[in-house]
Amino acid sequence: MCVTCGCGVDEAAMHSHDHPHFHDHDHSYDHSHDHAAEGRLVSIERDILAKNAGFAAGNRRLFAERGVFVLNLVSSPGSGKTALLAQTVQILREEFPVAVIGGDQQTARDAERIQAAGAPAVQINTGKGCHLDAHGIGHALEELPLPESGVLFIENVGNLVCPADFDLGEACKVVVLSVTEGEDKPLKYANMFAAAKLMLLNKIDLLPHVDFAVERCLEYARRVNPDMRILQLSARTGDGMTAWLDWVRQGQQAALAQQVSRLEMELTSARARLAASVR
Amino acid sequence: MHEMALAESILNIVEETARNQGAVRVTELRLEIGELANVEIEALQFGLEVVLRNSLAAGAQVEILTIPGQGQCLECGAMVPLSARYDPCPQCGGYPVRPTGGQEMRVKDILVE
Repeated sequence: MCVTCGCGVDEAAMHSHDHPHFHDHDHSYDHSHDHAAEGRLVSIERDILAKNAGFAAGNRRLFAERGVFVLNLVSSPGSGKTALLAQTVQILREEFPVAVIGGDQQTARDAERIQAAGAPAVQINTGKGCHLDAHGIGHALEELPLPESGVLFIENVGNLVCPADFDLGEACKVVVLSVTEGEDKPLKYANMFAAAKLMLLNKIDLLPHVDFAVERCLEYARRVNPDMRILQLSARTGDGMTAWLDWVRQGQQAALAQQVSRLEMELTSARARLAASVR
Repeated sequence: MHEMALAESILNIVEETARNQGAVRVTELRLEIGELANVEIEALQFGLEVVLRNSLAAGAQVEILTIPGQGQCLECGAMVPLSARYDPCPQCGGYPVRPTGGQEMRVKDILVE
């Protein structure tokens, strides 16, 4: 049994479904409405991801209490998320606590790269799963020192489809796109780009060597999400890193400021209660 | 293939509701999936077929109702039908059209015995 959520051990292993099947299924989804009178119709009207949303809300509450600014980094495989994060935590760990949760189907290689950069990191292996979910994040937090008043980076599984729908309790999603990919990715994976607050166009040092029309890509991205901030950088050369780091610093300061005002309110009401009890 | 995870979530909701109702069997379930939701309907149907086996809802008929996509054009302000997030406004040809409906993924109701 898991102490945080009371889940069984089986459930903690994320979505592994071994189902031998044959592909000749002539399934009967053609619907007829002549159901027998003994049936009872029960209205549910519930979001399919309600359970995940519940866990995400719990994570978000914890992050708010401890003043943690949490980013969910999403991209396709090979966009350079891990290299970017390694550079990022190496600099920011001097300023405030940082930690990384990495999701991959297999291996702990990414976590090792982050640890080598000097930040605590834990790897979630999703096995056959294609995304991280809020429940899995809750479990990862049992193994990771929470970066109080700092920043937690969640590096999602490389996949531009599934992670779009799974709220982890983060402050925002950051989508990373590299110039070695197609410039039309924002259109092809519109749900993901629509869900992100910030887009990082990575590997710009390679622009002279690839056919990638930056302006067209940015236009596609804005078409899908006009409110999204876009920064261009190269984690390898360090070009554009300052703007990204400043963006993270601002988020961290805002989260810290919120934590302070929440604590001040608690303190004020505790003082008021004390004054009332003394009187 | 997060449709398998969605199918499992659906089964969770369905079984929980059925048990609370003291039902022994679920014979039908209806889902509402928005046109702009990140769901491949065929993959979801296949996922459901797999996860519903050996459950209270084994053999249940699944009906998937599509909720049409809708959006507001930020260029001309019109409320327009929208079948993909990056489609231009059918009235003025402008971008972007902000989705206002059709992103839902809901379990609507079930028929139990």
